[in-house]
Amino acid sequence: MSRPLIIRELRKRYGDRPVLGGLDVEIAPSEIVAIVGPSGCGKSTVLRLVAGLDTRYHGEIRVGDETICGPHPAVGLVFQEPRLFPWLDVAGNVAFGLHERSSPRAADLVRAALAAVDLAPFGTALPKELSGGMAQRVALARSLVVEPQVLLLDEPFNALDAFTRMRLQDHLLAAWARYRPTLVLVTHDLDEAVYLADRVLVLGERPGRVIDVIPVATPRPRDRRDPALAALRVALLEAVHLERTTAAVA
Amino acid sequence: MFEAYQLPPPPIVLDAAIGLWRRGLLQQDLLATTARVLEGFVLGSIVAIALATVTGLSARAERALEPTLQALRTVPTLAWAPLLLLWLGIDEPPKVALVAIGAFFPVYVSLVAGITGVDRKLVEVAQVFDLARGEIARRVILPAALPDLLTGMRLGATQAWLFVVVAEFFGSSRGLGFRLTDSQQSTRVDFMFVAIVALAILGKLTDTLIRVVERRVLRWRDTIGVARR
Ligand SMILES: Nc1ncnc2c1ncn2[C@@H]1O[C@H](COP(=O)(O)OP(=O)(O)OP(=O)(O)O)[C@@H](O)[C@H]1O
Ligand SMILES: [Mg+2]
Repeated sequence: MSRPLIIRELRKRYGDRPVLGGLDVEIAPSEIVAIVGPSGCGKSTVLRLVAGLDTRYHGEIRVGDETICGPHPAVGLVFQEPRLFPWLDVAGNVAFGLHERSSPRAADLVRAALAAVDLAPFGTALPKELSGGMAQRVALARSLVVEPQVLLLDEPFNALDAFTRMRLQDHLLAAWARYRPTLVLVTHDLDEAVYLADRVLVLGERPGRVIDVIPVATPRPRDRRDPALAALRVALLEAVHLERTTAAVA
Repeated sequence: MFEAYQLPPPPIVLDAAIGLWRRGLLQQDLLATTARVLEGFVLGSIVAIALATVTGLSARAERALEPTLQALRTVPTLAWAPLLLLWLGIDEPPKVALVAIGAFFPVYVSLVAGITGVDRKLVEVAQVFDLARGEIARRVILPAALPDLLTGMRLGATQAWLFVVVAEFFGSSRGLGFRLTDSQQSTRVDFMFVAIVALAILGKLTDTLIRVVERRVLRWRDTIGVARR
Protein backbone atom coordinates (compact mmCIF):
# COMPACT_ATOMS: atom_id res chain seq x y z
CA MET A 1 0.00 0.00 0.00
CA SER A 2 3.03 2.17 0.07
CA ARG A 3 4.70 3.92 -2.82
CA PRO A 4 8.19 5.21 -3.50
CA LEU A 5 8.91 8.94 -3.45
CA ILE A 6 11.23 10.16 -6.16
CA ILE A 7 12.71 13.64 -6.19
CA ARG A 8 14.92 14.69 -9.09
CA GLU A 9 16.82 17.91 -9.56
CA LEU A 10 14.45 19.78 -7.32
CA ARG A 11 15.02 23.52 -7.48
CA LYS A 12 13.09 26.24 -5.76
CA ARG A 13 13.60 29.94 -5.35
CA TYR A 14 11.83 32.62 -3.40
CA GLY A 15 12.18 35.79 -5.44
CA ASP A 16 15.77 35.80 -6.64
CA ARG A 17 17.01 33.74 -3.70
CA PRO A 18 17.60 30.06 -4.52
CA VAL A 19 16.44 27.88 -1.64
CA LEU A 20 16.82 24.42 -3.14
CA GLY A 21 19.62 23.86 -5.62
CA GLY A 22 18.92 20.55 -7.27
CA LEU A 23 17.85 18.02 -4.70
CA ASP A 24 18.00 14.34 -5.68
CA VAL A 25 16.65 11.48 -3.63
CA GLU A 26 14.78 8.24 -4.15
CA ILE A 27 12.91 6.85 -1.20
CA ALA A 28 11.75 3.23 -1.31
CA PRO A 29 8.22 2.14 -0.34
CA SER A 30 7.84 1.99 3.46
CA GLU A 31 11.33 3.35 3.97
CA ILE A 32 11.92 5.84 6.77
CA VAL A 33 14.16 8.73 5.81
CA ALA A 34 15.23 11.49 8.16
CA ILE A 35 16.35 14.88 6.88
CA VAL A 36 18.70 17.00 8.96
CA GLY A 37 20.44 20.24 8.15
CA PRO A 38 21.00 23.77 9.34
CA SER A 39 18.09 26.09 9.93
CA GLY A 40 16.89 27.75 6.76
CA CYS A 41 18.44 25.18 4.39
CA GLY A 42 15.08 24.36 2.89
CA LYS A 43 13.87 21.28 4.77
CA SER A 44 10.33 22.56 5.31
CA THR A 45 10.32 23.80 1.75
CA VAL A 46 10.99 20.28 0.45
CA LEU A 47 8.07 18.90 2.46
CA ARG A 48 5.73 21.68 1.36
CA LEU A 49 6.60 21.01 -2.27
CA VAL A 50 6.09 17.25 -1.92
CA ALA A 51 2.78 17.86 -0.13
CA GLY A 52 1.67 20.01 -3.06
CA LEU A 53 1.20 23.17 -1.00
CA ASP A 54 3.46 25.04 -3.40
CA THR A 55 3.66 24.02 -7.04
CA ARG A 56 6.13 26.61 -8.26
CA TYR A 57 9.33 24.59 -8.52
CA HIS A 58 11.64 23.12 -11.09
CA GLY A 59 12.53 19.45 -11.27
CA GLU A 60 10.48 16.42 -10.60
CA ILE A 61 8.55 15.05 -7.66
CA ARG A 62 6.86 11.72 -8.14
CA VAL A 63 4.91 9.38 -5.91
CA GLY A 64 5.05 6.03 -7.62
CA ASP A 65 4.58 7.06 -11.22
CA GLU A 66 2.38 10.09 -10.49
CA THR A 67 3.89 13.53 -10.75
CA ILE A 68 3.03 15.87 -7.90
CA CYS A 69 1.41 19.07 -9.14
CA GLY A 70 -0.76 19.92 -6.14
CA PRO A 71 -2.08 18.20 -3.03
CA HIS A 72 -2.38 14.46 -3.53
CA PRO A 73 -4.59 12.18 -1.42
CA ALA A 74 -1.75 9.67 -1.12
CA VAL A 75 0.58 12.21 0.49
CA GLY A 76 0.09 13.29 4.10
CA LEU A 77 1.89 16.00 6.05
CA VAL A 78 2.21 16.46 9.79
CA PHE A 79 3.17 20.04 10.54
CA GLN A 80 5.54 21.29 13.18
CA GLU A 81 2.53 22.43 15.24
CA PRO A 82 -0.53 20.21 15.77
CA ARG A 83 -2.84 22.55 13.83
CA LEU A 84 -5.97 20.89 15.19
CA PHE A 85 -9.36 22.37 14.37
CA PRO A 86 -10.40 23.79 17.74
CA TRP A 87 -14.13 23.42 17.05
CA LEU A 88 -13.89 19.68 16.40
CA ASP A 89 -13.37 17.14 19.15
CA VAL A 90 -10.47 14.73 18.92
CA ALA A 91 -12.43 12.13 16.95
CA GLY A 92 -13.72 14.84 14.61
CA ASN A 93 -10.19 16.06 14.01
CA VAL A 94 -8.92 12.57 13.29
CA ALA A 95 -11.83 11.95 10.91
CA PHE A 96 -11.27 15.25 9.08
CA GLY A 97 -9.65 13.78 5.97
CA LEU A 98 -12.02 10.80 5.63
CA HIS A 99 -14.70 10.79 2.98
CA GLU A 100 -17.72 9.35 4.74
CA ARG A 101 -17.16 10.70 8.18
CA SER A 102 -20.43 9.56 9.70
CA SER A 103 -20.24 5.95 8.54
CA PRO A 104 -19.59 3.14 11.03
CA ARG A 105 -16.50 2.28 9.02
CA ALA A 106 -15.13 5.79 9.59
CA ALA A 107 -15.77 5.41 13.31
CA ASP A 108 -13.78 2.17 13.28
CA LEU A 109 -10.91 3.77 11.39
CA VAL A 110 -10.82 6.71 13.81
CA ARG A 111 -10.85 4.38 16.78
CA ALA A 112 -7.98 2.36 15.32
CA ALA A 113 -5.95 5.49 14.55
CA LEU A 114 -6.49 6.86 18.07
CA ALA A 115 -5.47 3.51 19.51
CA ALA A 116 -2.32 3.59 17.36
CA VAL A 117 -1.24 6.80 19.10
CA ASP A 118 -2.43 5.58 22.49
CA LEU A 119 -5.30 8.06 22.78
CA ALA A 120 -8.26 5.68 22.61
CA PRO A 121 -10.21 7.22 25.53
CA PHE A 122 -9.92 10.81 24.29
CA GLY A 123 -12.21 10.81 21.26
CA THR A 124 -14.68 13.27 22.76
CA ALA A 125 -12.12 15.66 24.24
CA LEU A 126 -11.71 19.12 22.71
CA PRO A 127 -8.28 20.28 21.50
CA LYS A 128 -8.13 22.89 24.27
CA GLU A 129 -8.22 20.07 26.80
CA LEU A 130 -5.11 18.35 25.43
CA SER A 131 -1.45 18.66 26.36
CA GLY A 132 1.04 19.57 23.61
CA GLY A 133 2.15 15.96 23.21
CA MET A 134 -1.42 14.69 23.05
CA ALA A 135 -2.33 17.30 20.46
CA GLN A 136 0.65 16.30 18.33
CA ARG A 137 -0.44 12.65 18.58
CA VAL A 138 -3.93 13.60 17.42
CA ALA A 139 -2.35 15.37 14.45
CA LEU A 140 -0.40 12.19 13.71
CA ALA A 141 -3.56 10.08 13.94
CA ARG A 142 -5.37 12.52 11.64
CA SER A 143 -2.70 11.99 9.01
CA LEU A 144 -2.51 8.23 9.51
CA VAL A 145 -6.22 7.50 9.36
CA VAL A 146 -6.42 8.24 5.63
CA GLU A 147 -3.57 5.73 5.16
CA PRO A 148 -1.26 7.93 3.10
CA GLN A 149 1.29 6.11 1.01
CA VAL A 150 3.78 8.83 1.75
CA LEU A 151 3.77 10.57 5.12
CA LEU A 152 5.85 13.70 5.67
CA LEU A 153 6.63 14.97 9.15
CA ASP A 154 8.12 18.42 9.76
CA GLU A 155 9.88 18.44 13.11
CA PRO A 156 6.73 17.02 14.68
CA PHE A 157 8.15 16.44 18.16
CA ASN A 158 10.40 19.45 18.41
CA ALA A 159 8.40 21.46 20.90
CA LEU A 160 8.21 18.57 23.34
CA ASP A 161 10.33 17.49 26.28
CA ALA A 162 12.75 14.57 25.90
CA PHE A 163 10.47 12.07 27.63
CA THR A 164 7.38 12.84 25.59
CA ARG A 165 9.47 12.94 22.48
CA MET A 166 10.82 9.43 23.02
CA ARG A 167 7.31 8.13 23.70
CA LEU A 168 6.03 9.79 20.54
CA GLN A 169 8.88 8.35 18.49
CA ASP A 170 7.78 4.91 19.60
CA HIS A 171 4.15 5.76 18.82
CA LEU A 172 5.27 6.83 15.38
CA LEU A 173 7.15 3.58 14.84
CA ALA A 174 4.17 1.56 16.02
CA ALA A 175 1.88 3.47 13.68
CA TRP A 176 4.36 3.08 10.85
CA ALA A 177 4.46 -0.69 11.51
CA ARG A 178 0.69 -0.74 11.27
CA TYR A 179 0.17 1.47 8.20
CA ARG A 180 3.60 1.07 6.54
CA PRO A 181 3.73 4.45 4.76
CA THR A 182 6.87 5.77 3.15
CA LEU A 183 8.04 8.18 5.81
CA VAL A 184 10.05 11.39 5.51
CA LEU A 185 10.89 13.05 8.79
CA VAL A 186 12.58 16.42 9.16
CA THR A 187 14.29 16.79 12.51
CA HIS A 188 16.92 18.77 14.39
CA ASP A 189 17.43 15.91 16.79
CA LEU A 190 20.28 13.66 15.62
CA ASP A 191 19.36 10.94 18.14
CA GLU A 192 15.86 10.94 16.74
CA ALA A 193 17.23 10.68 13.21
CA VAL A 194 19.40 7.62 13.86
CA TYR A 195 16.81 5.96 16.10
CA LEU A 196 13.98 6.20 13.58
CA ALA A 197 15.45 6.27 10.10
CA ASP A 198 16.72 3.75 7.60
CA ARG A 199 18.69 6.58 6.04
CA VAL A 200 19.58 10.06 7.17
CA LEU A 201 20.00 12.78 4.56
CA VAL A 202 22.20 15.71 5.51
CA LEU A 203 21.26 18.89 3.69
CA GLY A 204 23.67 21.73 3.11
CA GLU A 205 22.53 25.29 2.85
CA ARG A 206 22.43 28.06 0.29
CA PRO A 207 21.09 26.56 -1.81
CA GLY A 208 19.81 23.39 -0.15
CA ARG A 209 21.03 20.06 -1.52
CA VAL A 210 21.97 16.63 -0.20
CA ILE A 211 25.58 16.68 0.98
CA ASP A 212 25.68 13.37 2.78
CA VAL A 213 23.63 10.22 3.21
CA ILE A 214 24.11 8.06 6.28
CA PRO A 215 22.44 4.65 6.22
CA VAL A 216 21.29 3.14 9.50
CA ALA A 217 21.36 -0.62 9.07
CA THR A 218 20.44 -1.58 12.66
CA PRO A 219 17.29 -3.74 12.58
CA ARG A 220 14.15 -2.72 14.48
CA PRO A 221 13.21 -2.71 17.27
CA ARG A 222 16.25 -0.64 18.13
CA ASP A 223 17.79 0.02 21.48
CA ARG A 224 18.46 3.68 22.13
CA ARG A 225 21.64 2.70 24.02
CA ASP A 226 23.00 0.69 21.12
CA PRO A 227 26.67 1.72 20.60
CA ALA A 228 26.21 1.32 16.84
CA LEU A 229 23.58 4.09 16.92
CA ALA A 230 25.86 6.24 19.06
CA ALA A 231 28.64 5.80 16.49
CA LEU A 232 26.29 6.80 13.69
CA ARG A 233 25.25 9.82 15.67
CA VAL A 234 28.88 10.88 15.84
CA ALA A 235 29.27 10.39 12.10
CA LEU A 236 26.15 12.45 11.57
CA LEU A 237 27.38 15.19 13.86
CA GLU A 238 30.61 15.34 11.89
CA ALA A 239 28.75 15.55 8.60
CA VAL A 240 26.59 18.40 9.90
CA HIS A 241 29.56 20.10 11.49
CA LEU A 242 31.68 19.78 8.38
CA GLU A 243 28.93 21.51 6.44
CA ARG A 244 28.89 24.29 9.03
CA THR A 245 32.62 24.95 8.85
CA THR A 246 32.83 24.81 5.06
CA ALA A 247 29.81 27.10 4.84
CA ALA A 248 31.51 29.50 7.24
CA VAL A 249 34.68 29.54 5.13
CA ALA A 250 32.78 30.00 1.88
CA MET B 1 -33.74 68.78 38.65
CA PHE B 2 -36.69 67.54 36.63
CA GLU B 3 -40.36 67.97 37.49
CA ALA B 4 -42.48 64.85 37.91
CA TYR B 5 -44.15 65.51 34.58
CA GLN B 6 -40.74 65.47 32.93
CA LEU B 7 -39.36 62.45 34.77
CA PRO B 8 -42.15 60.39 36.25
CA PRO B 9 -41.16 58.22 39.27
CA PRO B 10 -41.19 54.44 38.72
CA PRO B 11 -44.58 53.74 40.41
CA ILE B 12 -46.27 56.10 37.97
CA VAL B 13 -44.55 54.47 35.00
CA LEU B 14 -45.64 51.07 36.33
CA ASP B 15 -49.24 52.32 36.63
CA ALA B 16 -49.06 53.60 33.09
CA ALA B 17 -47.79 50.23 31.91
CA ILE B 18 -50.63 48.43 33.66
CA GLY B 19 -53.09 50.87 32.14
CA LEU B 20 -51.74 50.30 28.64
CA TRP B 21 -51.79 46.55 29.21
CA ARG B 22 -55.45 46.59 30.36
CA ARG B 23 -56.41 48.38 27.17
CA GLY B 24 -54.47 45.80 25.15
CA LEU B 25 -52.17 48.47 23.74
CA LEU B 26 -48.94 47.40 25.37
CA GLN B 27 -49.25 43.83 24.11
CA GLN B 28 -50.04 45.14 20.67
CA ASP B 29 -46.99 47.43 20.66
CA LEU B 30 -44.66 44.75 22.00
CA LEU B 31 -45.86 42.24 19.46
CA ALA B 32 -45.65 44.61 16.50
CA THR B 33 -42.16 45.84 17.36
CA THR B 34 -40.79 42.41 18.21
CA ALA B 35 -42.14 40.97 14.96
CA ARG B 36 -40.48 43.75 12.94
CA VAL B 37 -37.19 43.30 14.73
CA LEU B 38 -37.29 39.56 14.29
CA GLU B 39 -38.17 39.68 10.61
CA GLY B 40 -35.69 42.45 9.83
CA PHE B 41 -32.93 40.85 11.84
CA VAL B 42 -33.36 37.46 10.19
CA LEU B 43 -33.57 39.02 6.74
CA GLY B 44 -30.58 41.31 7.27
CA SER B 45 -28.49 38.51 8.76
CA ILE B 46 -29.23 36.10 5.94
CA VAL B 47 -28.30 38.63 3.28
CA ALA B 48 -25.21 39.65 5.25
CA ILE B 49 -24.03 36.07 5.68
CA ALA B 50 -24.55 35.31 2.02
CA LEU B 51 -22.74 38.45 0.82
CA ALA B 52 -19.94 38.20 3.38
CA THR B 53 -19.29 34.60 2.39
CA VAL B 54 -18.93 35.65 -1.21
CA THR B 55 -16.77 38.73 -0.67
CA GLY B 56 -14.77 37.08 2.10
CA LEU B 57 -13.86 34.10 -0.06
CA SER B 58 -13.41 35.73 -3.44
CA ALA B 59 -11.07 38.61 -4.01
CA ARG B 60 -12.87 39.39 -7.25
CA ALA B 61 -16.28 39.65 -5.58
CA GLU B 62 -14.71 41.78 -2.89
CA ARG B 63 -13.33 44.25 -5.43
CA ALA B 64 -16.73 44.41 -7.11
CA LEU B 65 -18.94 44.82 -4.05
CA GLU B 66 -16.87 46.30 -1.26
CA PRO B 67 -16.74 49.95 -2.43
CA THR B 68 -20.52 50.08 -2.85
CA LEU B 69 -21.17 48.50 0.50
CA GLN B 70 -18.73 50.81 2.24
CA ALA B 71 -20.48 53.80 0.69
CA LEU B 72 -23.91 52.53 1.70
CA ARG B 73 -22.69 51.96 5.22
CA THR B 74 -22.07 55.66 5.70
CA VAL B 75 -25.66 56.61 4.83
CA PRO B 76 -27.34 57.77 8.05
CA THR B 77 -30.31 55.76 9.30
CA LEU B 78 -32.71 58.65 8.93
CA ALA B 79 -31.78 59.11 5.30
CA TRP B 80 -32.98 55.61 4.49
CA ALA B 81 -36.46 56.09 5.89
CA PRO B 82 -38.04 58.40 3.28
CA LEU B 83 -36.46 56.41 0.48
CA LEU B 84 -37.80 53.12 1.77
CA LEU B 85 -41.24 54.65 2.22
CA LEU B 86 -41.10 55.78 -1.37
CA TRP B 87 -40.01 52.40 -2.66
CA LEU B 88 -41.90 50.01 -0.45
CA GLY B 89 -45.12 51.80 0.54
CA ILE B 90 -46.12 52.64 4.07
CA ASP B 91 -46.97 49.21 5.49
CA GLU B 92 -44.67 46.67 7.00
CA PRO B 93 -42.09 46.26 4.18
CA PRO B 94 -40.25 49.58 4.64
CA LYS B 95 -40.06 49.09 8.40
CA VAL B 96 -38.74 45.55 8.13
CA ALA B 97 -36.32 46.71 5.44
CA LEU B 98 -34.94 49.47 7.65
CA VAL B 99 -34.41 47.02 10.51
CA ALA B 100 -32.75 44.63 8.06
CA ILE B 101 -30.36 47.39 6.96
CA GLY B 102 -29.54 48.03 10.60
CA ALA B 103 -28.78 44.38 11.24
CA PHE B 104 -26.98 43.86 7.95
CA PHE B 105 -23.83 45.94 8.39
CA PRO B 106 -22.52 44.68 11.72
CA VAL B 107 -23.11 41.07 10.66
CA TYR B 108 -21.52 41.65 7.26
CA VAL B 109 -18.47 43.52 8.51
CA SER B 110 -17.76 41.05 11.34
CA LEU B 111 -18.11 37.99 9.16
CA VAL B 112 -15.88 39.37 6.41
CA ALA B 113 -13.27 40.20 9.05
CA GLY B 114 -13.66 36.70 10.47
CA ILE B 115 -13.30 35.00 7.11
CA THR B 116 -10.30 36.99 5.96
CA GLY B 117 -8.68 36.53 9.36
CA VAL B 118 -8.82 32.73 9.34
CA ASP B 119 -5.46 31.16 10.16
CA ARG B 120 -3.77 30.11 6.93
CA LYS B 121 -2.22 27.22 8.80
CA LEU B 122 -5.61 25.58 9.30
CA VAL B 123 -6.48 26.07 5.65
CA GLU B 124 -3.21 24.34 4.70
CA VAL B 125 -4.20 21.29 6.71
CA ALA B 126 -7.34 20.99 4.60
CA GLN B 127 -5.34 21.58 1.42
CA VAL B 128 -2.99 18.73 2.26
CA PHE B 129 -6.06 16.48 2.47
CA ASP B 130 -6.86 17.60 -1.07
CA LEU B 131 -10.19 19.17 -0.17
CA ALA B 132 -12.00 21.19 -2.81
CA ARG B 133 -12.35 24.95 -2.33
CA GLY B 134 -16.01 24.68 -1.40
CA GLU B 135 -15.24 21.98 1.15
CA ILE B 136 -12.51 24.14 2.67
CA ALA B 137 -14.91 27.07 2.91
CA ARG B 138 -17.62 24.99 4.53
CA ARG B 139 -15.51 22.89 6.86
CA VAL B 140 -12.67 25.22 7.82
CA ILE B 141 -13.24 28.87 7.00
CA LEU B 142 -16.84 29.27 8.10
CA PRO B 143 -16.47 27.39 11.40
CA ALA B 144 -13.32 29.37 12.13
CA ALA B 145 -15.20 32.61 11.44
CA LEU B 146 -18.16 31.62 13.59
CA PRO B 147 -17.05 33.58 16.67
CA ASP B 148 -16.90 36.75 14.60
CA LEU B 149 -20.26 35.99 13.03
CA LEU B 150 -21.88 35.68 16.44
CA THR B 151 -20.28 38.89 17.64
CA GLY B 152 -21.63 40.56 14.52
CA MET B 153 -25.08 39.14 15.14
CA ARG B 154 -25.10 40.50 18.67
CA LEU B 155 -24.21 43.95 17.40
CA GLY B 156 -26.72 43.49 14.59
CA ALA B 157 -29.49 42.70 17.05
CA THR B 158 -28.70 45.83 19.03
CA GLN B 159 -28.82 47.85 15.83
CA ALA B 160 -32.12 46.21 14.88
CA TRP B 161 -33.72 47.50 18.07
CA LEU B 162 -32.41 50.99 17.40
CA PHE B 163 -33.56 51.02 13.80
CA VAL B 164 -37.03 49.70 14.57
CA VAL B 165 -37.77 52.77 16.65
CA VAL B 166 -36.80 55.03 13.77
CA ALA B 167 -38.86 52.88 11.41
CA GLU B 168 -41.90 53.25 13.60
CA PHE B 169 -41.64 57.03 13.73
CA PHE B 170 -42.95 57.04 10.19
CA GLY B 171 -46.49 56.13 9.34
CA SER B 172 -47.23 53.41 11.82
CA SER B 173 -50.16 52.94 14.16
CA ARG B 174 -48.63 50.50 16.59
CA GLY B 175 -45.28 49.55 18.05
CA LEU B 176 -43.06 50.94 20.77
CA GLY B 177 -41.57 53.57 18.45
CA PHE B 178 -45.05 54.72 17.52
CA ARG B 179 -46.00 54.84 21.22
CA LEU B 180 -42.97 57.03 21.84
CA THR B 181 -43.86 59.67 19.22
CA ASP B 182 -47.57 59.41 19.85
CA SER B 183 -47.17 59.98 23.58
CA GLN B 184 -44.83 62.85 22.92
CA GLN B 185 -47.51 64.56 20.90
CA SER B 186 -50.13 63.91 23.56
CA THR B 187 -47.55 64.76 26.26
CA ARG B 188 -48.04 61.44 28.04
CA VAL B 189 -44.50 61.30 29.42
CA ASP B 190 -45.44 58.24 31.49
CA PHE B 191 -46.31 56.35 28.29
CA MET B 192 -43.04 57.44 26.75
CA PHE B 193 -41.22 55.93 29.66
CA VAL B 194 -43.17 52.69 29.36
CA ALA B 195 -42.00 52.44 25.75
CA ILE B 196 -38.39 53.26 26.65
CA VAL B 197 -38.24 50.75 29.49
CA ALA B 198 -39.87 48.09 27.29
CA LEU B 199 -37.26 48.72 24.55
CA ALA B 200 -34.44 48.49 27.05
CA ILE B 201 -35.76 45.21 28.46
CA LEU B 202 -36.31 43.67 25.02
CA GLY B 203 -32.89 44.76 23.82
CA LYS B 204 -31.25 43.28 26.85
CA LEU B 205 -33.22 40.05 26.48
CA THR B 206 -32.14 39.64 22.88
CA ASP B 207 -28.53 40.23 23.80
CA THR B 208 -28.70 37.67 26.59
CA LEU B 209 -30.34 35.16 24.29
CA ILE B 210 -27.59 35.47 21.68
CA ARG B 211 -24.95 35.26 24.40
CA VAL B 212 -26.44 31.99 25.58
CA VAL B 213 -26.37 30.63 22.05
CA GLU B 214 -22.81 31.93 21.68
CA ARG B 215 -21.66 30.18 24.82
CA ARG B 216 -23.24 26.94 23.68
CA VAL B 217 -21.93 27.03 20.15
CA LEU B 218 -18.45 28.28 21.03
CA ARG B 219 -17.79 25.85 23.85
CA TRP B 220 -14.67 24.78 21.96
CA ARG B 221 -13.04 28.17 22.30
CA ASP B 222 -9.97 28.44 24.45
CA THR B 223 -10.16 32.07 25.53
CA ILE B 224 -10.30 33.96 28.77
CA GLY B 225 -13.94 34.85 28.64
CA VAL B 226 -16.45 33.50 26.18
CA ALA B 227 -19.06 34.39 28.75
CA ARG B 228 -17.83 37.86 29.59
CA ARG B 229 -17.07 39.44 26.28
N1 LIG C 1 7.17 32.03 1.87
C1 LIG C 1 8.48 32.35 1.80
N2 LIG C 1 8.87 33.48 1.18
C2 LIG C 1 10.17 33.80 1.08
N3 LIG C 1 11.17 33.06 1.57
C3 LIG C 1 10.87 31.92 2.22
C4 LIG C 1 9.50 31.51 2.37
N4 LIG C 1 9.48 30.34 3.05
C5 LIG C 1 10.76 30.06 3.30
N5 LIG C 1 11.60 31.00 2.83
C6 LIG C 1 13.06 30.99 2.88
O1 LIG C 1 13.51 29.75 2.37
C7 LIG C 1 14.57 29.25 3.13
C8 LIG C 1 14.27 27.84 3.57
O2 LIG C 1 13.17 27.86 4.47
P1 LIG C 1 12.67 26.54 5.17
O3 LIG C 1 11.52 26.90 6.00
O4 LIG C 1 12.47 25.48 4.16
O5 LIG C 1 13.92 26.18 6.06
P2 LIG C 1 14.10 24.97 7.07
O6 LIG C 1 15.25 24.17 6.60
O7 LIG C 1 12.82 24.27 7.28
O8 LIG C 1 14.53 25.74 8.39
P3 LIG C 1 14.19 25.38 9.91
O9 LIG C 1 15.10 24.27 10.28
O10 LIG C 1 14.54 26.64 10.64
O11 LIG C 1 12.74 25.03 9.99
C9 LIG C 1 14.78 30.20 4.29
O12 LIG C 1 15.91 30.98 4.01
C10 LIG C 1 13.55 31.07 4.30
O13 LIG C 1 13.88 32.38 4.65
MG1 LIG D 1 11.41 24.10 8.87
